[in-house]
Amino acid sequence: MLPDYHWECQFTPAIQLFLLRSVHPWRLMRVGLFIPCYIDQLYPDVGLATLEVLESHGLDVHYPPAQTCCGQPMANTGCNADAKPVAQHFLTTFEPYDYVVGPSGSCVAMVRHHYHGLIDEAAEHRLAAKTFELCEFLVDVLKVTPPRHAFPYRVGLHQSCHGLRELRLGPCTEAQVSRVNKVRVLLEGLQGIEFCNLQRPDECCGFGGTFAVAEEAVSCMMGDDRIADHQQAGAQVMTAGDMSCLMHLEGLIRRQRKPLAVMHVAQILAGRQPQQV
Amino acid sequence: MPTSREQILTAVRANQPPATPVPQVKGTWIEYDDIVGQFCGLLKSIGSAGYLVDSLDQINATLAELPAYQSATRICSLVPGVGDSSVHLDSLARAHELDQLDIAIVNAELAVAENGAVWISDAAIKYRALLFMAEHLIVVVPANGLVPHMHAAYDRLRLPEFADGRKAFGAFISGPSKTADIEQSLVIGAQGPRSSAVFLLR
Amino acid sequence: MSHATLATEFVADRKRAAWHDSALWFVRSKRDKCAQALPEWESLREIASQIKQHTSSRLAEYLEEFERNATANGIQVHWARDAAEHNAIVLRLLQERNVKLLAKSKSMLTEECHLNPYLEKHGIEVVDTDLGERIVQWRNEPPSHIVLPAIHIKKEEVGELFHEKLGTIAGEFQPEYLTEAARVHLRQKFLEADAGLTGVNFAIAETGGFVVCTNEGNADLGASLPSLHIASMGIEKLIPKLHHLGVFLRLLARSATGQPITTYSSHFHAPRLGGELHVVLVDNGRSKLLASEEFRRSLNCIRCGACLNTCPVYRRSGGHSYESPVAGPIGSVLGPARDAAKNASLPFACTLCGSCTDVCPVKIPLHHQLLAWRKELADEKLVPADKRFAMKMAGLLFRSPWLYATAGRVGRFALRFAPRWLVYNRLNGWGRQRELPPAPKKSFRQLFRERKK
Ligand code: SF4
Repeated sequence: MLPDYHWECQFTPAIQLFLLRSVHPWRLMRVGLFIPCYIDQLYPDVGLATLEVLESHGLDVHYPPAQTCCGQPMANTGCNADAKPVAQHFLTTFEPYDYVVGPSGSCVAMVRHHYHGLIDEAAEHRLAAKTFELCEFLVDVLKVTPPRHAFPYRVGLHQSCHGLRELRLGPCTEAQVSRVNKVRVLLEGLQGIEFCNLQRPDECCGFGGTFAVAEEAVSCMMGDDRIADHQQAGAQVMTAGDMSCLMHLEGLIRRQRKPLAVMHVAQILAGRQPQQV
Repeated sequence: MPTSREQILTAVRANQPPATPVPQVKGTWIEYDDIVGQFCGLLKSIGSAGYLVDSLDQINATLAELPAYQSATRICSLVPGVGDSSVHLDSLARAHELDQLDIAIVNAELAVAENGAVWISDAAIKYRALLFMAEHLIVVVPANGLVPHMHAAYDRLRLPEFADGRKAFGAFISGPSKTADIEQSLVIGAQGPRSSAVFLLR
Repeated sequence: MSHATLATEFVADRKRAAWHDSALWFVRSKRDKCAQALPEWESLREIASQIKQHTSSRLAEYLEEFERNATANGIQVHWARDAAEHNAIVLRLLQERNVKLLAKSKSMLTEECHLNPYLEKHGIEVVDTDLGERIVQWRNEPPSHIVLPAIHIKKEEVGELFHEKLGTIAGEFQPEYLTEAARVHLRQKFLEADAGLTGVNFAIAETGGFVVCTNEGNADLGASLPSLHIASMGIEKLIPKLHHLGVFLRLLARSATGQPITTYSSHFHAPRLGGELHVVLVDNGRSKLLASEEFRRSLNCIRCGACLNTCPVYRRSGGHSYESPVAGPIGSVLGPARDAAKNASLPFACTLCGSCTDVCPVKIPLHHQLLAWRKELADEKLVPADKRFAMKMAGLLFRSPWLYATAGRVGRFALRFAPRWLVYNRLNGWGRQRELPPAPKKSFRQLFRERKK
């Protein structure tokens, strides 16, 4: 049984960490922290939150500073020749680690499912097998006990498409397949949390990478529709496993000054509270 | 010059991928505890009606209560003992004379509980247009022809043939004709029958 | 025009776009309910997908088997390499029999071949007898959806149109009333028609027959009154066995409109007594598509329209924004296969959300095919140059951690201190309706380094 990351004890966090590392089975595991480029540059706190969550489980987390991007923007535009060296760079950067964990379903899906033809095939399978999205890593690999700190808010869970339909982090309304919702189970134990019932629980937000700009009109309408759905459901905080969706939605929310806080799920798991509600 | 047929077949043959196996159509298909209830309930949900009856008299009695039947003047029944037939297919010069036919009463072989469909062939119907021209379609099916789903229906179904061996027409018909082409609002009675009823005869 | 341009026009009327979106979402929700009622749903999809893939892998044999059996049944089989040949065959059949009026039921293939204008040019009156198709035919528009051709039109507009064409009461637009008026009109056309033309949903190699599915009964009326029945089908419509229909008929209507089955699933196997039945088998690019390992599975499509109904982009941009006989995800896969340059924007009219792949009853990996098209298009330099240039630059940037980190610093610095007018202008597609993300002083990598110290 692994310890809860909000382990109650009187030691300082540093001592806790030391004790954890020395006693539990994951202490030998080297985890490469993958912080996607836009999170690194624009949402550093999401990166910190991810790091804190992983470390609270006693993991030996490394952040290889040579990392840049997974190559998704180029690959999704069809420019595989430009994506190739980036994917190769990603591979080299993360080669030394037992696991690669990142707070983004979309980028992890890129590494896991779309490196075919970008890097050599054996490496592709090796990398795919060890790369995880944060929530699935916590649920499937670490099998953690979900945290129980207070988060007394009405939460709208935005199910990011790549997490949902590429990584299968949860059930989706199209398919008659029962699956555990790996984002939701991690949040469910929080004190006071209440999930809102969305009318369209897994519709796309309209970000879609370059789509957000190339198809700006449709993209923004999709985003507005998602926000309206969260608002009609009474959400105070909107959260998701992908900051890219949230960047787009937050952009709309801030422009329209809507009273809806936006947080990455890692931030909630790490014990952050919403800045404005 | 090779014919178009040869050109197409040659191109297809050159381009088709290596053969993959044909799967078995096998599975745990849905079953219904109350199969008659399921069938009649489904018909009701699509604007039709289903009845389980024991005799032709019972069918006639039910028909007599249907407003569409009461006001009907032109009726064509191909089910002996059911309805008062006033139109006889043999006396028509062509199918077009079925226009303004109020009621058609026909036999079907199978009924499918999962979707309310009945399997009707025109092997014994001189003008198959009858099925689509009539304002109201009444179908009589043997109750033991009721199957739970389409797989069972195809297991039982034999492609209909005329007496001279020519292949006949067959259709699964589920409820009255309908459309939702104007703003997705369902309107029953598009180009074909405006209503339908199915009698499961024990 | 690009999809984005046309979509922007469609979305400009937000209320109407929202109405369009919810009409289609309603259909998608009905589909969900219907699919959820069948515990075997996912295994049916898997079997359907395998049957179709198997058929593709032996298509030549099945075509020959179909032809043999159909001919034995008294059906006359024709082969057309392309749209022009298909149209010529149909015209010849009609002219030889002195046909003046053709009652046509829905067939996406004849849309693809532009059959109507061709026949009209040769003096044949063509009446589309599906209500939705009749509406768009009168409006001189192509259908905007493969199953719901008039989904983009409001009932008030249909009311006006029918007032003009059928003399219905001005200002009346109740669907019941309008449908009744169309019924009277179309029934008259069926009685007058000299020939009927239908599409084909499934053709069965084993029996040499084919199945047509409709709700209105229009295909059956058109194929039962006139003595000539022509059925046009793409060569990919084949299935091997009669009992395979059990799988496809269970999936088709549930996926399409959320009904357990269409009202009519008509099995045609021979001409009527004294009548003629002709089947035109059309290639028109299909055999070529079969060669592509990447895209051949798009030939498995049964034209249910589920991927359109679920597509968040289709729902908000309307079928006409695709300028292609088939719109939505499957249209965006098939379009570039027909004409890559003309349809180059379609694979980008997509967020890669993957919903289409999960609804597709024959499991075509639609969003992966759209992604694969992007690559093909980029290789053929059919992706706009600015996009390609940006990706080239990004590729260079991301190859060097130092360049990347420096660019990030500079970018964030600029964002923090640039005046609003400089950041939010017409060139900034992001910023027209959205704020840019906050530009923090320090990146994660900087904070990480400081934290370790
Ligand atoms: S691609 Fe699939 S979902 Fe789309 S129309 Fe074809 S069969 Fe239906």
